[in-house]
Amino acid sequence: MTDSKGYFDLSKNRLSRRTALKGLAAGASLAAAPGFVRYAQAQSSAPIKIGFQSHRTGIGAAYGRWYEKTTAAAVKAINAAGGINGRPVEVVIEDDGTDPGRGAEVVAKFANQHKTDIVFGTLFSHVVIGSAPAAGENKIPYFVVSEGHHVASTKLNRYVFQPGITDVKSQIQAMAPWIASNAGKKVCQIFPDFAFGYDHRDYLPPALKAQGGEVIAQIAIPPTESSFTKYLPQIPAETEVIYHVMVGPAVLTFVKELGEFYGSNRPQLFGFIDSLEAVDINSPGLEFLDGSHFWEGSPRYAQADDSEAQKAYRAAVGIDDNGAAVGDPKDVSTAAHMFGCWETLYVVKKAMEDAGYKGPEDRAKLVEATEALTEFAEGPEHPQGKKIFNGKIHQCFGIQNISKVEGGKLKVVHKTSIEDGLYEPEGDYTTQAL
Amino acid sequence: MAFGPHLLLASLEGLVTAAVLALTALGLSLVFGVMRIVNVAHGEFFMLGAVLAWAITTAITGHPALGFLAALVIAPLLVGAVALVAERVVLRRLNYNPEATIVATIGLLYIIQQLALTFYGPEARPVEPPFNYRILLPWFGYSGYKLSVVAASALLLVATWLVLTRTKIGMVMRATQYDRETAQAFGIPVERVYAGVFALGAMLAAVAAVLIVPISQAHYLMGQDPLLLSFIVVIIGGLGSLRGTVVAALIIGLSDGIISVFFSPTLAKIIATFLVAMVLVFRPQGLFGTTAR
Repeated sequence: MTDSKGYFDLSKNRLSRRTALKGLAAGASLAAAPGFVRYAQAQSSAPIKIGFQSHRTGIGAAYGRWYEKTTAAAVKAINAAGGINGRPVEVVIEDDGTDPGRGAEVVAKFANQHKTDIVFGTLFSHVVIGSAPAAGENKIPYFVVSEGHHVASTKLNRYVFQPGITDVKSQIQAMAPWIASNAGKKVCQIFPDFAFGYDHRDYLPPALKAQGGEVIAQIAIPPTESSFTKYLPQIPAETEVIYHVMVGPAVLTFVKELGEFYGSNRPQLFGFIDSLEAVDINSPGLEFLDGSHFWEGSPRYAQADDSEAQKAYRAAVGIDDNGAAVGDPKDVSTAAHMFGCWETLYVVKKAMEDAGYKGPEDRAKLVEATEALTEFAEGPEHPQGKKIFNGKIHQCFGIQNISKVEGGKLKVVHKTSIEDGLYEPEGDYTTQAL
Repeated sequence: MAFGPHLLLASLEGLVTAAVLALTALGLSLVFGVMRIVNVAHGEFFMLGAVLAWAITTAITGHPALGFLAALVIAPLLVGAVALVAERVVLRRLNYNPEATIVATIGLLYIIQQLALTFYGPEARPVEPPFNYRILLPWFGYSGYKLSVVAASALLLVATWLVLTRTKIGMVMRATQYDRETAQAFGIPVERVYAGVFALGAMLAAVAAVLIVPISQAHYLMGQDPLLLSFIVVIIGGLGSLRGTVVAALIIGLSDGIISVFFSPTLAKIIATFLVAMVLVFRPQGLFGTTAR
């Protein structure tokens, strides 16, 4: 064997059994060392885990199903484009039963058992309010898609964000001028008797008053109610507009009974599409809504002036021009809200990239990076439209659509501007300790 | 709105509630009276009736009345069959033990509810009424279908009463209710009577649901309210008493309608619950019930 010739030739440098064993032992102990492998993977390829608090059962189940579809579509798009910070995104779903108590448990489970990076996706306001303390205690960022005013009210805590959908107070303020000048000035409000309804109860009267209108009656209806005729006599005879916000399965009954009560001689109707999300607008009994107006976050029916981003988003989520699932026209989506899941995930992506987010130890950095965001441009990541974000109150503000029921479809007749919906912040989350 | 028409509307609403409630509660009362079983899953049989009514009316095309009539016949039969199976494989295995069957029917409640969620889905789905006729009163309009529900329910109640008091099957049921062991000694097939009564109870709930579903859609959680109200009615009327059930359903239905129109629905519920408490304190066997033997 000539060393001078074969020294650098690895093929000739035989591995002795002793070296091999040593190497094996070293490798094994390294692999077994606690934390080492996980850390190495977290640096490279371990997925970012998003805990999705989903309303799979309970009164929010129809919303939950479409929130899941939208989230899956957004995650697929994000992963196809390289994930977040080069890491794939993985969604862990837990059902909260649309129940506040269960919601808090789910948040704690995400933080302690699944050890997800964030919690995301809650819609119903009472679940958000019930779960927020758990997010604060576990110091886990909690990104909700709820539209309630509770986040922006700064009554929750620093870990709760709503960067994907405008809150109700802003929506109402933006739409009040249109209601007062187009529908009528004497308004009777019908709303559900819980948190989400109270946002409407509290913010519509001042917003209308500023436009020369007036709320002449407020009728609160228990969320479990199944028959409404008995409430209808409370609507004053001089009412020009009935402003209705209903949630839950009974809304079809509500509309039907309103129709039976009034016949063709009805006041103007202005409603929040929340009532009819996941419900076919052409269901029997809903003919009465023809010609009435609705708020929509994002339009259910494809509009003539839809942007390319909007079209791409609809295709990715899998809804057709009527806002129903592609291939199943009866499976109507919750289009007016679910875009918020898509947009929120892109906000999370942006904030994680800004923070150089590596793992749960960086959660505080993620909170600060989210608070530092100021606006989101319209585009594939924000197909509903441009938004501005106020980091002090953790709330975004976007445009709102007012749509008219015409020929069995919803047609957008008015778009508000972002400025219409801005209000003075009621507090500042950034002064709270992390 | 003036007081007169307001009261009329309230009474009409109350009557509809009472009519459906009487049918549902009668089923619950029958099962308790004859079998001494507190059927917690009763509301789910109600829900099942509504969900099946939706399935049947969607499957049958043509005039909505056709599908509705088919649902009115088929849905209760299917629900009755489900109840029969439940009776065979669950209640009979537990020897109709009162405590064990409460737990078992709670289990049944969740099984039926979750199966409905899995196969029917979380949405509320409407069923078209067999006819759309709006009765135009001088002060307000009212649904003609709602009034027909009251009539149909009254007919069904009379039919049930005739079966119980005028037929041999009814006599056998009453004999079993009166004294199970003596009935058995006289050759009455008590277990078959039990099976039949359990199915009949479920079918009554299902019929009530088919009647109400064109007014309030089919939804997988819709069984909870009828269950609670049925218990209230049955406790006030006296468990196992048909007359008591009907009278209590009228009281609860009308008071619910009138109080919730003039005051608030919450107050109506408070008063109903208060009535139950008072009945339990002063007349535990209910208004028309007999003391347990």
